[in-house]
Order: sequence, then structure tokens, then C-alpha cells
Amino acid sequence: MLATLTAFVITSAARLITGARALWLGCTPLPVQRLYFANHSSHGDFVLLWASLPEPLRKRTRPVAGADYWAKPGIRDFLIRKVFNGILIERQRTEGQGSPLQPILEAVAQGDSLIFFPEGTRNLGDEPLMPFRSGLFHLAAANPEVELVPVWIANLNRVMPKGRALPLPLLCTLSFGEPLNLHADESKQAFLQRASQALLNLAPKDA
Amino acid sequence: MDDNTLSLFAGIGALLLLASVIGRLLKWRAGPAPHAVIDNLNARINAWWVMVLVIGIAFVFGKYGVIVLFYGVSFYALREFMTLTPTRRSDYPALVAAFYVALPVQYLLIAMDWYGLFSIFIPVYLFLLLPILASFGGDTTRFLERASKVQWGLMIAVYCVSSVPALMTLDIPGFEGRNLLLIAWLILVVQISDVLQYVCGKLFGKRKVAPNLSPSKTLEGLVGGVALATLIGALLCWITPFNFWQAALMALTVNAMGFFGGLVMSAIKRDRGVKDWGHMIEGHGGMLDRMDSVCFAAPVFFHFVRYWWA
Repeated sequence: MLATLTAFVITSAARLITGARALWLGCTPLPVQRLYFANHSSHGDFVLLWASLPEPLRKRTRPVAGADYWAKPGIRDFLIRKVFNGILIERQRTEGQGSPLQPILEAVAQGDSLIFFPEGTRNLGDEPLMPFRSGLFHLAAANPEVELVPVWIANLNRVMPKGRALPLPLLCTLSFGEPLNLHADESKQAFLQRASQALLNLAPKDA
Repeated sequence: MDDNTLSLFAGIGALLLLASVIGRLLKWRAGPAPHAVIDNLNARINAWWVMVLVIGIAFVFGKYGVIVLFYGVSFYALREFMTLTPTRRSDYPALVAAFYVALPVQYLLIAMDWYGLFSIFIPVYLFLLLPILASFGGDTTRFLERASKVQWGLMIAVYCVSSVPALMTLDIPGFEGRNLLLIAWLILVVQISDVLQYVCGKLFGKRKVAPNLSPSKTLEGLVGGVALATLIGALLCWITPFNFWQAALMALTVNAMGFFGGLVMSAIKRDRGVKDWGHMIEGHGGMLDRMDSVCFAAPVFFHFVRYWWA
């Protein structure tokens, strides 16, 4: 109850502040299993992407977030587990553990859709996109039936710049591109390059 | 609302009803297939109903209703402007000052009737404060360009738009308590000029008047629209402190300013590679697409009225 209410308040506030507009350019909002991969420049990224999905899709779509930031007892833990139903992963790999992607693979096996940031961490530099880490490739290889949908989130880095508390009420746009899949015999390098380019193609020019 | 206001709104309602009927007839004649121009025309007419309704509600609440309405208009216009003009991370403090200080303070000053400050608050104090705030970030990349963008956005979206509710602060001898009608006259004349320029352009348009800035504007649309809107402004002199010829001259002035405002704002859009400022008004584009002419007409109108009538 509290979680549902919090989710409603957060998604309404996110849409109100950013005027979020979802442009379904390469696909339509269908209830099929998907992995939405997006550029990452703000903690608000997954909230906005999640908020811009239609309600039925949102229920089955879970953000992938870093355990180092979110697995702190209290409000963060409540938000990520109860409100967003997120999947926490260890970003720093330690010896003796299984694959850090294991919790994601389990969620996909249950039929959940995902929100995933292939850059691995927030991009705070001047380059529009940082090199992708290999996670996206491994997920694509393990789940060929899941559609990989690139989503460019424009302007959110200006709404909530790093280290600032007060959001600016600028307009954000989310461009959903054409789904892609891993080709047979495609190398990791080539696939990540292609996925990165597909995401960049959705970015507004001269932003 | 007095009788004049009511009859004015009744007249606007009748005009919109006529427009809606014509729009439906055109759609019926064109058949069920989508038709870009007619569908856009109908979307525009529907949006006009909503806009007139919102303005009408604001008028019911009088001076403060109008101030709140234009506070909202300024907010949406400023947000569209700042969204389309890229700034850098160091501009954050200046943008915070624009959205959370300049905008509310400007409207507060108008509500307080403080002409001496609301007329210079943004052009003097914010003009100097904004680049100071931006300089704290220590980022010199395109500094002048960035500082100018924030200043320009604030002038257009807040200062110029706020000239409309500022008309409430004028004391015009013999016109006491009727300043809302002055606002109604200004908005009506400027907007009907836009509409008539669009209609005349669609019906008779041949020669492009500014092909690089705004390819849809034609000489026939400009002349026909401005002439008709000026005539309407003059015929509506009974709701203003002007006589017939004064009203005609005033209408011509605001229509000319409105036309040039449309050109300037269009030049900015084209440079940024977009057709519309935003998407909030169905069929029209963004708030700034609807307000561009008012932004340029309102300050001149305010100061003309203040100088000669107040």
C-alpha cells in the first residue's frame, strides 16, 4: 500500500517536473519481454524511464541498480526493493562469487523486463556516451528471445546535475529505438559497438 | 465580470462555434481519410476552446486570477526556451535563479503594484546577477553565449509576458476598474491577427515574405491578416480607453510587433533545428509558439498606454 502510493507520487512528480515525453520511434509499447538499455547521467534516469512506461508494462519492468548505492538500510532500501522492485547487482567483482549478472538472469527467467544502463555508472563527462561494459553482451547472449530496446534519455542531466539537490523544471524526452538482437557469430566488441551506436543515433543532434 | 466582458466572451464563443462548424464541414467534405491541414485546423480550434475557457476562469478571479494565469504562461514559456537552448553544468545557479527567484519575484512585484521595481528588476538586477552566478562555476567555454541565453529567455518568457498582467496596475482616468478589458483587447487583437494571417495565407498566400525564417508566412497572409485584425481592434474600441482611430493605430502597432516577434522566435527555432517550441498545446505546438507575438507586442503596448493614457 505504502509502496504503491510512493510509486504513484514519485512517477507523478517525475513526469510533472520533467514534462517527460516518450517517443516510441522504433517500437510500440507492447507487453513483450524487453531489456531497455539507456544512457545514464543521473540517479533519476531509471525513475523517469520507468515512469514513462504504460502502467501494465511498468509492473513487469524492473530497474537494475548498483548494490553499493542502493543496498543501504532505510529509505534507499525501501525505494529500490518495495517501490521499484529493482534488481541489485554488485558492480565491484569480488573473488569467490558467481557471475554478478546472476540476479538479472533469474529475473529474466521469470519473464520480467529490465531497465539496464550498459555504461555501468553515471556519465558525468562531456562525451555523450561512455564505452559500454560487457554486461549487455552477456545478457544478450544468454537471452536471445528478449528484445533489446535502446532508449535515449535527453536533458535529465540538466534537470538534476550531479551534487545538486533542487531539480530544474526543464523538459525531458525519452526516445525508444528499434529493438536489436545479437547476431549469430557476432563478437562482443562488434555487438557493443553496434548497440552503443544504436543508442547514440537516438540522441538529439548538437545537444 | 461586467457586461462588456460578458458580451466580449459571448462574441468570442460565437466566433469559435462558427470556426468549429466550418472545421467539421471541411472535415466532412474531405472524407474520413486523415488530412494534415484540416486535422491540424480542427486541433487548433479545439485548443482555442480550452485556451478561452482558461482565460475566462482567470478573468472571473480578476487581477490575481490574471497574475496567476500569466505566471503559469511564463513558467511554461521559460521552460520551453531553456530546454531548447543548451547550457552547461556551471549555468545551474543562474537557471535556479531564473526559475525559482526571478519568475516568482517578478509576478509578486506586479501583484504589489510596484512599477519602479518590476520594470527594472529583470533588465537591471537579474541582467547583472545572472552572469555573476554563472562565473562562480569557473567554466569559460562559450561564456557570453551561455549568459546571454539565460538573460534572453528570462526577458522574453518572464519580463515581456508579465507586461500583460502589468496592465492591471495602470490607473487610467475614466477607465477605473475596467483594466481587464484592456488585457482582453490586447490578447484578442494579437491572437486574431495570428489566426487571420494563417487563414489569409492558406486561402490567398503566394509570395513568401521570409522564406528563410518562416516559410509558411506569406505577403498575402501578412497584409490580409494585419489589416483585418487592425479593423477588428478599431471596432472593439468600446472596450478600451481609446477612440476609433487611436484603437486602430494601437492595433496596427501590436500586430506589427506580433508579426516581427513571430519572425524572431522562428529564427531561433530554425537555428535550433526544430519546428515547434514544445508540444503542450495540441495543434499549435508549445506555449511559446502561441505566445511569440504577444511577447513582442505586450511590453510596447503596456508602455504606450502608460505614457499616453495613464
